Amino acid sequence: MSRITKSHLPFDHHTIDLLNATDDELVEIANSLGLGLNLQELRAVRDRYMLMERRATDVELQTYDQTWSEHCFHKTFKGVIETPDGVVDGMLKSYLGRVVSELDPPWCFSVFEDNAGIVDLDDEHAVAIKVETHNHPSAIEPFGGAATGLGGVIRDILGVWADPIACTDVLCFGPLDYPYEKLPEGVKHPSYIFSGVVDGIGSYGNSIGIPTVNGAVYFDEDYTGNVVVYAGCIGLLRKDRYIRNVKAGDLVVLTGGRTGLDGIHGVTFASAELTEESEEVSRPAVQIANPIEEEKIKRAIKQISEERLGSGITDLGGGGLSCAVCELADRYGLGAEVKLERVPLKAVEMAPWEIWISESQERMCLAVPAENLDRVLQIFEDEQVEANEIGRFTGGNSVKVEFMGERVAELDLEFLFNPPRIQRSISWKPPVLEEPSFPIPDDLGETLKRLLAAPNIASKEVVVRRYDHEVKGGTIVKPLQGWNAGPSDGAVLKPLDHSWRGVTVACGMNPRYGKIHPYWMAASALDEAIRNSVALGGRRIAILDNFTWGNPEYEDRLGGLVLASKACYDIARVYGTPFISGKDSLYNESPVGPVAPTLLITALGIVPDVRKTVTMDLKEKGSSLYIVGETKRELGGSEYYRLGGYLGASVPRLEPEKTIEAYRRLTKAMDEGFIRACHDLSEGGLGVAAAEMAFTGGLGLELDISYLPTEGRPRDDLALFSESNGRLLVEVTDRKASAFEKNMEGTVFAKMGEILGDRFIVSRGGEVLIDESLTALIAAWKTPLGGSR
Amino acid sequence: MRRSDIRVLLMRAPGTNCDAETVRAFQDLGVQPRLLHSQRVFRERNLLDYDILFLPGGFSYGDYVRSGAIWAKECEYRIGSEMEEFVESGRPVIGVCNGFQVLVETGFLPGFEGRAKVPQAALGNSTHGYQCRWIRLKKVNKGACAILSGVPEDEILRYPVAHGEGRFILPPDRRDEYLRRLYENDQLLFRYAREDGSFAEGNWPENPNGAFHDIAGICNPEGNVVGLMPHPERAYFGYLMPQWSREEQPSEYGDGRYFFESVVRYVERKF
Repeated sequence: MSRITKSHLPFDHHTIDLLNATDDELVEIANSLGLGLNLQELRAVRDRYMLMERRATDVELQTYDQTWSEHCFHKTFKGVIETPDGVVDGMLKSYLGRVVSELDPPWCFSVFEDNAGIVDLDDEHAVAIKVETHNHPSAIEPFGGAATGLGGVIRDILGVWADPIACTDVLCFGPLDYPYEKLPEGVKHPSYIFSGVVDGIGSYGNSIGIPTVNGAVYFDEDYTGNVVVYAGCIGLLRKDRYIRNVKAGDLVVLTGGRTGLDGIHGVTFASAELTEESEEVSRPAVQIANPIEEEKIKRAIKQISEERLGSGITDLGGGGLSCAVCELADRYGLGAEVKLERVPLKAVEMAPWEIWISESQERMCLAVPAENLDRVLQIFEDEQVEANEIGRFTGGNSVKVEFMGERVAELDLEFLFNPPRIQRSISWKPPVLEEPSFPIPDDLGETLKRLLAAPNIASKEVVVRRYDHEVKGGTIVKPLQGWNAGPSDGAVLKPLDHSWRGVTVACGMNPRYGKIHPYWMAASALDEAIRNSVALGGRRIAILDNFTWGNPEYEDRLGGLVLASKACYDIARVYGTPFISGKDSLYNESPVGPVAPTLLITALGIVPDVRKTVTMDLKEKGSSLYIVGETKRELGGSEYYRLGGYLGASVPRLEPEKTIEAYRRLTKAMDEGFIRACHDLSEGGLGVAAAEMAFTGGLGLELDISYLPTEGRPRDDLALFSESNGRLLVEVTDRKASAFEKNMEGTVFAKMGEILGDRFIVSRGGEVLIDESLTALIAAWKTPLGGSR
Repeated sequence: MRRSDIRVLLMRAPGTNCDAETVRAFQDLGVQPRLLHSQRVFRERNLLDYDILFLPGGFSYGDYVRSGAIWAKECEYRIGSEMEEFVESGRPVIGVCNGFQVLVETGFLPGFEGRAKVPQAALGNSTHGYQCRWIRLKKVNKGACAILSGVPEDEILRYPVAHGEGRFILPPDRRDEYLRRLYENDQLLFRYAREDGSFAEGNWPENPNGAFHDIAGICNPEGNVVGLMPHPERAYFGYLMPQWSREEQPSEYGDGRYFFESVVRYVERKF
């Protein structure tokens, strides 16, 4: 006899008998309700209901399924992991969250507890930042998946009472020329996914009027079955309007778009592998985007915040109402009563459980003291947004859900927010790799042009121009620098009208290094994000982690994840850059295989005066070019090796104590006005970075690599294209040169050349290695993906 | 009238998004900008209390049907006669980007014989899709547009564009006639130009959207209704210009200041 019984109620509702259910029966129940709960969790639920001596309802089981999903609860990062070096009691606590608790910086306003991380901007204002992943939906429906990813992260910012001021996006695709015949069933071609994702983000960000100021586009074979979409948002808030003061009796107000059948089981789907059937089975899990709806909500919430009318706020994302209401109540030690028939629907008939967990987009949940309700509803009406009171917060610790007068769920929050912890063990063995051996190319100029044209280095103008990066009139350093549209290291924003204080936004990511060693991959990503921020003049840097990984139930995937998390702690601790928020996306597996282990680090820095920020284009004939940092023979995972079809083994490492000292000196040099241009060395190393500086500024450059500070004496091509961490190029005018050199004393740096002529020339001693025109270099860089001259 | 008494109405609809930077520009000039939801203007019918009407850029109502079309019809239906009265009184009406599209959809631009019942031009799909980029403009007006008399003719203006639909086109069967009239009435305002000052001649990216005759902005025959696709408000301050960091001493203001300063001075003198 089935354990699931249809109730005698005038709507679709089921109760489930869990009494003494066997493992097989539990799995059967989970399958017929579409739950993603594992056996350990199902048993915990069964035991709970046997203790309470009652049947479970479908609404209740669906709530556990949502709340306990990897997507919502991050159970891998909170789980207990046995490693060869001892037990890691939660990666979040032991590694990522530990940096901020040890450093305890006074400028961290709210960290790892709300919808976004928040840091001080000045005495009165703070900046909120959040970066999300939206990989699974984008693989199934690229346009909608990417658009709703951005929509979701913007709501995270609204969910801390902040006004969104900028977006970021980092996208990873399979090669655009991937052969169709190699594509397995159920996997969409990278070029189809590319155009859909790029359009989706553009459509949402442009329509809602938030500039997209920073990001990256990356191509690798290992993204063919698993596209990666990171969407981030930055917001500005007044600290005295950050209100978190929900009391029993306050009302639950649901606002925004109507609730429908789109986005049912989104988080369950996001916490599973993609298969051939994902398209058919999971299409309804992807939501439909309506940016104008969110634009209206944004205006209304800004007004409500200004008038201080709400006592709490959160967005509806994964898990829909179920997560929003339960989390909000739990955060304030309260319970809640919700009447689901008050939720406006866009579908004709929906079962209570569907209303409760639907992830329809553009919805927010507010807690409003009863006396403010009329004014709040008026503000929403003025902006032409629907808003309804759907319940109230209560004392006690349980959430009671009703539909048409019938109780359909009663959830104990203590139980709901303490799911069984996962216990896993890891094994990670370094892959067997070797360093390639090949002759030095005859024509290094030709090699440089091929590198400039490599997909991961070539201009992304064709993507960047699709996104409005100027709207709101606050983008001081733009993603494309100057009329030649060179690659900025990040963006600088001026968020306040009456202050020159600004913020820097930059990122770092090195997925190919992860194929060699996840620890050094993470260390490199972190250094790159900080390095880019330093190049713009940023300091007092806060960082965010976004992991995209394969199935953590495989020991090797999880092993890599633990190593990468450990690197995050080790480096961030020395750099003094706390993690303030993060988000992981696991289970990125497809018929093509696992995703390349990808850690995105986003860095948010402060500049005291935006007018002192430095851009990467060479400025002045006659000034000198210096390099900061040491070049080693570290080309494992480099773009140069990739040109030859190699991966290599010599992944770039990092000595964080040495590096951070050089960065501090550079920041001081910028404040003193010694520096005219600054650019970080990343993919393609010295050769690519120097060429980018030259053609962006439209000025010739002569470099002599015999002055390059190196470890050992690497071959010329390896010195030019090594991707060692911790290096930047700096333009200094003659009159400031001695002051600059004095300032940098004790760090590794050297003068390498001069800005003169109209060609790009690299030599060793008297021997010319590269002699190219700027036009040839910029053409090589701009042509592959399309750009304008 | 006194500058501090000048009242600017910035009207917005769901999806309007260039209002903050426009308000900032007017505030910097010492006038009183007021940002109001158009529903409120429809309710209060107080359009004529203002001296300047500004329709900012964005994606009003998602730009469904055609860019600006829904908001245009709404304005026409709710406050069409007040808008006509406002225009006839000679007060400046300015539409940037989506605002320009609204002024074309409502028939105020080009408005050869007053407001037209059906649009006489269109701002269609751009040849290269959505583009956010800085472009160069030349002012080509001979004087009919008195409100922009303060914008220099000899200088090349640098403003950004950011749109997917902004390609100025005229009906094919009347194209030559309409272009002749635009010239006769001195209604051409801005044309896309190259760095050397010559016109873009339809070449991308100097002409970013494929606009007919490189037209970036026009006015009505009376010269007080102005529409343009590029964004002067995003070029108002010096540090917003694309190459400010190359200058030893970056200037405080950018090329967009001419535009706003000129409109404000006109109202100051005329009323």
